[in-house]
Order: sequence, then C-alpha cells, then structure tokens
Amino acid sequence: MYAHENRLSGWNIGIALVALFLGGLFGPLQKLQYVGINLYPALNNLGIRTYYQGLTLHGVLNALVWTTFFIVGFFTFAIVRSLERELRYPRLNWAALIVMALGLVSAAVPLLLNRATVLYTFYPPLQADTFFYLGLTLVVVGSWLAGYGFLFTYTAWRKDNPGVRTPLIALGSLITMVMWQIATLGVAVEIIFLILPWSLGLVDTIDPQLARTFFWFFGHPLVYFWLLPAYVSWYGMLPKQAGGKLFSEPLARLVFWLFLALSVPVGLHHQYTDPGVPVGWKVLHGILTYALFIPSLLTAFTVIASLEIGGRNRGGTGLLGWVRALPWKDPSYAAQNLAMILFAFGGVSGLTNASYNLNLAVHNTSWVSGHFHLTLGSAVTLSFMGILYWLLPKLTNKQLFSTRVALWQAWTWFAGMLLMSNGLHILGLNFSMPRRTMIGAAQYVGADWNPMLIESAIGGIILGISGILFYTNVIGTVFSKKTLQAPIEMPVAEALDTEPSPAWLDTWKPWLAVTVALIVIAYGPVLFDLIRNINLTSPGFKVW
Amino acid sequence: MNFHRSERIFLIGSIALLVVFALAVGISGFAYGIQVPQPEMRVDPRTVATPGVSPFGDPVNERVRELAPGRYEAYILAQMWAFLPNEIRVPAGSTITFYLTSKDVQHGLKIEKTNINMMVLPGQISVLTATFDKPGTYHLICHEYCGVGHHTMFGRLIVE
Repeated sequence: MYAHENRLSGWNIGIALVALFLGGLFGPLQKLQYVGINLYPALNNLGIRTYYQGLTLHGVLNALVWTTFFIVGFFTFAIVRSLERELRYPRLNWAALIVMALGLVSAAVPLLLNRATVLYTFYPPLQADTFFYLGLTLVVVGSWLAGYGFLFTYTAWRKDNPGVRTPLIALGSLITMVMWQIATLGVAVEIIFLILPWSLGLVDTIDPQLARTFFWFFGHPLVYFWLLPAYVSWYGMLPKQAGGKLFSEPLARLVFWLFLALSVPVGLHHQYTDPGVPVGWKVLHGILTYALFIPSLLTAFTVIASLEIGGRNRGGTGLLGWVRALPWKDPSYAAQNLAMILFAFGGVSGLTNASYNLNLAVHNTSWVSGHFHLTLGSAVTLSFMGILYWLLPKLTNKQLFSTRVALWQAWTWFAGMLLMSNGLHILGLNFSMPRRTMIGAAQYVGADWNPMLIESAIGGIILGISGILFYTNVIGTVFSKKTLQAPIEMPVAEALDTEPSPAWLDTWKPWLAVTVALIVIAYGPVLFDLIRNINLTSPGFKVW
Repeated sequence: MNFHRSERIFLIGSIALLVVFALAVGISGFAYGIQVPQPEMRVDPRTVATPGVSPFGDPVNERVRELAPGRYEAYILAQMWAFLPNEIRVPAGSTITFYLTSKDVQHGLKIEKTNINMMVLPGQISVLTATFDKPGTYHLICHEYCGVGHHTMFGRLIVE
C-alpha cells in the first residue's frame, strides 16, 4: 500500500533537501561577510559572482524551493494515511512533480548564470531572465496540480464516508493547500499579466507599485503556507510523540479555518511604507493582521496543553515538572519543541512588524531578517527537520544514522538561531541596519555595531555546524546498511475528548464564502483603484 | 463542543491583549502624529529628473529649500546608487519634509534614529516629515536591494 505516495514523497523531499543544502551554504558566508571575512571571491570559480547572487540563491532555494517541495512531499505522505486511502489519481500527482521539477530547472539556470539576481521578491523594475519567471510559474502551477490531486482524493473519501468527520491531519493539510490556491493567484497575476509580457519585450514598461501589491497579496499567506504544515505536525502528530493527547480537537480545526479566512486580506501590512497605497486600507489590513494573531495564540495554548498531558502521562509532576518528563531524548520531539520556543520570540517580533507605527522603526531593517529566521528559519525549518527524523527512516526503510548527532543538530540550530536573530533584531532596531545588504562593504557601519555583528556571525557559524550535522544524518541514513527493525507508522494524536467535533468545523462552503468576502472587501477597492490608474512607466533594469 | 474553562479564559485574555495593543498603536499614532507615506502623486520616472519637469529636475544644490525659519522641504532623487543631494545641512530644531522618488529601480530610505522610513518607488512620490532637535550626523540609508551597488547607497543629514 502507498507505493506511489511513498515514492512521490521521497522525490519531493529529496529535491527539497538538495535545495536547502545549496541555499543554506550561503547563510554562514553572509554572516562572515558582515564581520569583514569575505569568502565570495573564492566562489568566483564556481560561478557565484557576487554577494547578491548568493543572497538570491539563499532566498529562492530556502524560502521558496525547500518549503514548497517539502510541503507537497509531506502532505502526499500524510493526507493518504490520515484518510486511509491511496491517491485517487496518482498520475496527476506525478505530473505535478514533473511540472514543479521542470520549473525548478528553468529558474535555477538563470540564477546560477547570474541572470536573475533579483532576490526572492523579484521586485520590478529589476528584470530577470524570462526563464526565471517562467520557472517560478511552473513551480506554482505544479503545486496547484498536487493540490488538485489531494482534493480529488478527499472528495472520493468523502463519497465513501458521508457524515464522518474529516481526520484532523487531512483537514489541516487540505485547508493549507486550498489557502495556497487562493494566495498564489496574486503572484500568478503579477507574473502572467505584468512581468512576463514586459520581460519578453511585448510591452516596454511596468507599474512597480501594482506589481508589489500583487506580490504581497501572495507574500503574506505564503508564510502561513510554510507554517501550517508545522502546525499539522504540532497538533496532529507531536502530542502522540510526547505520549499525550490532543487537548481540544474542535479548536484545532477552528484554528485552521481561521487561517484560511484571514491569511490573505492582510498583505498590505508589508506595504505600510509604500507611497501608492491609501492609509485607510493599510489600517484595515493592520487590524485584520491582529485578528490573524488569535489562531496562533490559540495554538500556543492547545499545543502546550496537549504536551502537558504527555509529560504527566510520562510521570512528570508539579507545576513545571512535566516539562522535564517530555521525550527530550527523541530528536524528532526535541527539534519541534525547540522550534516552538523560537517561534514564541518570532511571534513577538512579528506583532511588532504588524503594528502600524512600530513598523516605521523596523521596516526593511535587519530586524525583519531576524524575525524571518525565527519563523521560517526555525518554527518551520527546524520543525520540518524534526519531522524528517521519523519520516526519513520511514521512507528509506533505514534506521536513523545517529540519534545523538540529531539531538546535537537540534540544539545547535536552537542556539545558533537565538544568537543570530538576537543580533539582527538589535542591529535593525538600534542602528537601522538594512536587511539584504552587503554590510561588510557598507561605509555607514559604525564601530558600535560590532558586538551585535559578531554575535550574529557566531550564530551563523553555529548554524553552519548544525547544517553539517543535519546532512551527515540525512546522507548517513540514506546510505545506511541498517534496515528498520520495527516498522515506523505516522504518529497520529488522539483527541482527549472523544465526542466528535461539530459539523460546522468540517464544512467548506461557509468558510470559503467568508474567505472570498474578506478578500473582496480588503483588496477589491485598493486593487481596482491601482489597476484603473495603472502607471506603466518603468522600463526594466539588469543592474547586478 | 466542549470548551474547556482554562481555554476560554486564555482566549478572552488573548483577544483583550490584542485589543489593548491595537488601542495603544492607534492612540499613540494620533498623539504623536505618526504618519506613513500615502498617495501623493504619480510621475514618470523616465522624465522626472529632467529640468523643468519637477523639483527633482532642479540643480542638486537647490533641492533643499527653507520655506520659513526652521521649516525645510527636501526633494531627494534616489537613483543607482546615490541619494541626490547626498548631504543636507540644517540647524538643530529644524523640521524637514522629505519628498523622494526614484528614477530607476525600487529604493528605500531609513534615516537613523528617526521614524523616517519609506519605500521609494519609480512612478510614485513618498513624503514624510520629521523634526531634528539633536545635533549630529544622521545617515540616510537605502534599505531596498537596488542592484549590485546597493550597499554603497547612502547620504548624510548634518544637524548643526
């Protein structure tokens, strides 16, 4: 059973791991450059010409490729097991993988040839090679196909199981993919209607403000597309790994529905400082962003309560004694729990970013890079690593190469991220250090920046070591001769309360209606106005 | 649906906390007159720096004007990879309204130790005002990637 699904998961996750490896290599190099150790000239022979080419690879491979491929692979594995049925049309999901892989190649070639050094936000009028945009489009279209494959599987399951509650893991995964379908419309419109005709030379000019607005229609739900698979694991799997039960299953479902409804109509909080967007709409998106914080606060409560049940079942007592009783020796558990702790800090800095006037102090400074590495770099990536500590042995049928190395990896990632992110946050807040900048060569850097620059560089080096430990385990496991002695099954957390959750938490139409309505209200007028007064005046620039 | 008591308290507390934060943001925004850029006017970046078309076409040394004692306006053109003018001198206590646009790619402006933080886009004009009471040198830093010389793009505001 699940032969197709396992191979599909394996391919997707394999590509994701290669992307994270190549993209991750640049991380420590950037932090060393900050403190004046410039290793980029040594990379010239390998075709990496500039800091910014490396930075583009870091962003595209880690933020877009590693995440999208891992998520599709993880969901392929998890949805079918949660529904206990195979993919309805495996060929559709294979086609999805092929389209995504072709897109990756199409985008990777210009990236490696230094013809698309536009960072992962590719703001026009910086103009990359057409194949870069085409490649990104194909990756997105491929992920849509994968989503359709999941939805067909779900509708077939629903037909056979009328009235049965959708299992939580499947529901959370499907909501994530549907949210992704809606979110990616923004970037699809940006690329297909604005960027591609301009990049191909069919039109000479573009409207940068309109392109940015379409990008951030996609850009904020993008971060929830990364985060929700980690939530699927935290709610649906981790309580089982901790020996506990899911404290409140209905609330877990509500959280996923709230993310569907609220992820998109908040994108303007990335554009508070944009000149072409009216203030009233910025305020509305700011308020909705605060509402979007509620499901994450609920998650903090429910997940911690579920883990507490586990800790107490394992013999922990007292107010906090249960924390020590949690399975800290299990690297899959430890990595994900450490990821949650870092996410708490990331949540605080994220709320700062979203707070209309506080944002002025930190917008586009390294504070944001610090936030991003606590969220995407830790909550998401360290959780995915934790998932891989059981999923990789399962998919390869090999024992994990080393539990000890895996534990060291999780803790070094935790320590490295704390140091690096702390440094970046402070540099941004106190000194206005700009993000995504070759700081080691900038003349405005003051001597008082040095302590925090050094701290973040030390963090970067520790993260590099953690990366080496991670890939030692990945390669060691894949090429190990020790096959599994006992079969591994996907951990599925039981609900504490056996009463089934109410029907309104397992029905799509009202939630989709609310989602569409909120998007129309929050984005309709502002986009209509920008399109009606389109300002097609910017020719393309290739300046790297 | 069984809604646990502790969970209900946590949820109400969370929402109350967010409401308090939102009020704090809103009230302080009004009290301190916090402003963010908003639509000013659209321009054509291909011609905006041409003399006679806009104040960004004036000679560089005439783009900072004293409107009244202690009140200035500064038209700063962002381009790869400089702010023009890249050095501004005003006496302490001056209030400056900054007008920025780009004649090529996207740029950004953050002035150290101030709330001046804006995206600078071709085709749009960004406007913000600040008062500088403390003498010193404030860097004008470009915070949006604008090509291979991005890190060399900065200017100075000298408050005397």
